[in-house]
Parts: sequence; structure tokens; C-alpha cells
Amino acid sequence: MSEVRETRLPGVGVRHDFTTGSGEDVGVLVHHDGRREILVYDEDDLDACSTVIPLTPSDARTVSELLGASQVAEVVGAVQQQIEGLAIEWLDIAAGSSALGDTIGANAYRTRTGASVVAVIRDGRSIPAPGPDFRFETGDTMVAVGTPDGVAELRRLIGVWRA
Amino acid sequence: MIAAGSEEAALAFIELGALTLGLALLSRLAGSFGLTAVPLFLIAGLTLGQGGPVTIDVSENFIELGAEIGVLLLLFTLGLEYSDRELRDGLRTGIPTGIVDMLLNAMPGVAAGLLLGWEPLAAALLGGVTWVTSSGIVSKVLTDLDRLGNRETPAVLNLLVIEDLAMAVYLPIVAALIVGGSALATTTSVAIALAVVTAILFAALFFGRKLSDLLVGGSDEALLLGVLGITLLVAGVAQRLDVSGAIGAFLVGLALSGRAAERSAALFAPLRDLFAATFFLFFSFQIDPTDLVDAIGPALLLAIVTIVTKFVTGWYAAGRSGIGPAGRARAGAVLIARGEFSIVIAALGLELVDGPSLGAIAAAYVLITAIAGPVAAKFADAIPVPGRPVGRRSVKASSS
Repeated sequence: MSEVRETRLPGVGVRHDFTTGSGEDVGVLVHHDGRREILVYDEDDLDACSTVIPLTPSDARTVSELLGASQVAEVVGAVQQQIEGLAIEWLDIAAGSSALGDTIGANAYRTRTGASVVAVIRDGRSIPAPGPDFRFETGDTMVAVGTPDGVAELRRLIGVWRA
Repeated sequence: MIAAGSEEAALAFIELGALTLGLALLSRLAGSFGLTAVPLFLIAGLTLGQGGPVTIDVSENFIELGAEIGVLLLLFTLGLEYSDRELRDGLRTGIPTGIVDMLLNAMPGVAAGLLLGWEPLAAALLGGVTWVTSSGIVSKVLTDLDRLGNRETPAVLNLLVIEDLAMAVYLPIVAALIVGGSALATTTSVAIALAVVTAILFAALFFGRKLSDLLVGGSDEALLLGVLGITLLVAGVAQRLDVSGAIGAFLVGLALSGRAAERSAALFAPLRDLFAATFFLFFSFQIDPTDLVDAIGPALLLAIVTIVTKFVTGWYAAGRSGIGPAGRARAGAVLIARGEFSIVIAALGLELVDGPSLGAIAAAYVLITAIAGPVAAKFADAIPVPGRPVGRRSVKASSS
């Protein structure tokens, strides 16, 4: 992998950029609110961008799919082997689960349990790294990573609501 | 007190409705030129204030309180934008640029105030007016011109962080000086002001995370009310201690982090827009149009001098990060605009003997620079700068 330079932009987000094999400078600007921009630097004025392409979170997923992002299962499998004390759970979202309705962000799973939702499997397709705006639907499978306790807590949280 | 359903309430609704609708039109107009609406709001306030063609009476008290809340929300949302890490980075690397920025841009304002024969405090406030770039205008211009990804942009944004932090020290000091009194009393109130700011800043850095976790759990409604309550409380207490309430609000914004900060930013943006518009309007309400006529000459001169000094500041700041001449020119041009902060500073001094002239000059000055800044930024690439890339650029331009 190429060396990626990271620059913080106060109040905006983080810019990552690198030089491609053919010598062009390319970057991705990740805004604090999750929007992304693809940056292509100008060949004559290296400090300026000649092309800027704004991407919504769903555009960004499309681009990463098209560029051949690794399958989620493979990534998760590798992580499991590397790190001890890390639990990975596939949690089915059944009808009546409290995960339905609100977004991931609004449910604040990471803040409440310490476990993160790293992917969602919907209709046999994987959606890696769902953003805070993601909403679950009945039948989705949530892939969560965290401490064994954190993941257990998450399982309890999203379990079927008993009124 | 206005009771709902009374005749007075009906009148107030009509006044406020017409006013708000007018502001909406101005905002629309500014947007179509790619400018911020602040200069237009200031002009609108002038025509409605004392001596202007139309006057507002029933709703004035409401507008005044709304304006005060507007300042708090402006500063609160500004604080919200920065994480503690960004602040530490800014402090670590930005101090030399910050000092150059202050010397080059505050000095002309102070000098102009003294040349006009003002009391030193009013001159110091005018120095503040010419010192601080409008972070609101800069971030809008950078976004509109697709320059957020440019390599000179971190230097620009870091300078804004340093200026905002400098304001957290400058505003409480001048606020304490304005309260005045004997030399001893003034020294004491300045010391108290600095102690309070330091205390809140420490609390923000150490307990900000905890506070954010506490607030983030509930619904949007609970978060909005909780955060607004805390902001008003801290601002009120700060004001009580003669530290500017606006700085209290700024520090609350800094204290919030993570999800709580992101959600608050989205929740408070519309509230801020509403109340900040009220603030700009009310500020120029208080300016006598005849004072403004006298102010145009000095404001124009001051604007020309400080447009040059701000450009030099940006040129220097970008140069320190190894940016080429074209990028340095862009950094200099985008920083020219002064805006909300300059008005906040001038508003502090409106009660001084030279307050009316200070307010008038600040309004005219912000009008000029807020319009010149975005225009200069747009055409910055056409500014002739020494160095190789410009030559290469022009060759490419003629061939394509």
C-alpha cells in the first residue's frame, strides 16, 4: 500500500492524500459529518485541486465497492485471529427489536456499550462500516465488534422489546 | 409583558414577521451573489434604527434579548467546531503565526483609533475589529470555491483556531476594562476574568468528555434543551463575573465533543442562524446613519491597510507550511474578510464615549471587507505573484 499522508483540518475534518504509482497526487477529505470528497491535485499548482468530487456516504460505499473493498467476513476473520479479548457477533434484527426505527447514531451503541457496528448484512449483501445515519430493517444482520461484555450488552439492548 | 392574543402581541407578530421576511429576502439575495448575508443584515439594521426611515418599537425589547442570545449562539457553535485535539495542535504549531497576525492586523486599528483622538480602550477595541478574520465567511468561501482540499487550507484554518483562542483571552480582558473603576478594581476584575476563563477552559478539557456522555443519551429534544440551558447558565455566570458571556458560551462549545458535539451542531445551526441575524440587525439598529457617513472615510482607509496586512499574514502563514506562491496568494486573499467577531467586539464598546463612532466604523469596515474578501479569494489565482508556477500556469492556460 502507498504511504498515506494525514492532515487535520480544524473544524472541517481530516484529509488523507498519497501519490499514485503514475505520479499523480490524489486525496480523500473526510468531513466530521461523514461526507467525503475525492481530491485530484493540479499538476501545475500542486497546492490546488483541479478536481473535487463530493460523495454522500452511500456514494462513498459505492466507490469503495467498485474499487474492490475486501469482503467484510474476511476482514473480520483476520481481526479475530490477531487480537485476543475481542468478540465478534452476528446479531439478527428481528421484528420488534429496539434497533428498528432510529439511526445507529441516535441509538449511540458505541457510547452505551463500547461495541461498534462494523457491518450490516442485508439481503445477502454486506454493507461495510455503516454510518451514523444508517437505519436497520427487519431481517438485517448486525456485525458487531467489541469486548465480550460490550457485545453481550449490545445483544441485550437490541433484543426484542418487552413492553 | 406581551400576553398572547393581546393587541400588542398582534402588533409584535406583524413587526417581527415583516422583519424576518425581509431578512429572508436579503439572505436569498446574498446567496445569489455567493456572499454571506451579514453585510446586508447590517444595512437593513441601519435603515430601521434611530434616524432611519422606518422604526420598530413594540418588538424592540424582544429583538434586543434575541440579539444577545445570537452572540452566545454564534460563539457556542464556533467552539463546537473544534475538538480539543485540534486546539492542542493549533497551540503547538500556530503561536508564531498568531503573533504575526496580531501585530500586523490589530496595530493598524489601534493606531487609527488613537489618531481619531479616541480613548485608549475604544482604540484597543478597534484593534480587535481589524484583527480577527471571519471564520464564518472563510469556511463558506473555501467550501464554495472547492478549496477545502487545497494544501494551503490547513494553514488558513489553523490561523483561525489561533485567532479564536486569542479571542478567548482578549474578550474577557476588554470586557473587564470596560467595566472600569479604579486602577486596583480594574486589575482585580481583569485577574478574575482570566482566572474564570482558565477555570472553564480546564473544566472543558478535563470534564468535556464526561459532560458529552451525560448529554448524548437522550432524544434530540432533551439534548437541545440541555445544551441550551448549560450554555445560557455558563454565559450568565460569566457575565455576572464581568467576563464576557460570549466567551462562556464559546468554552461550553469547546467542552462538548464526539457525538454530542456533532448532534448539537446540527440541532443548533438553525437556531444560530435565526438569532445571529437578529444580532447583526440589532447592532446596526443602534448606529446613527449620520455617524456612518463620517465613518466611511476612515473605515475605507483602514480597510485598505488591513486588507494588505491580512494578505501578508496569510502569505506568511502558508509559506511556513512550504506552500508555493499561488497557494500563498490564495491563503492571503481568503483571510481578508472580517465579520461576526468584529461586530461582537465593537458591540462590547457601544456604551463608551467613543462607542457610537466605533460602532459606525466597525459596521462600515465589516461591510467593505466582507464583500472584498470573497471577491479577492475568487480571483486570487489571478494575483500576480513571483515564482515559477505562475509562468507554467499561464502557458497551460493559453494552450487549453
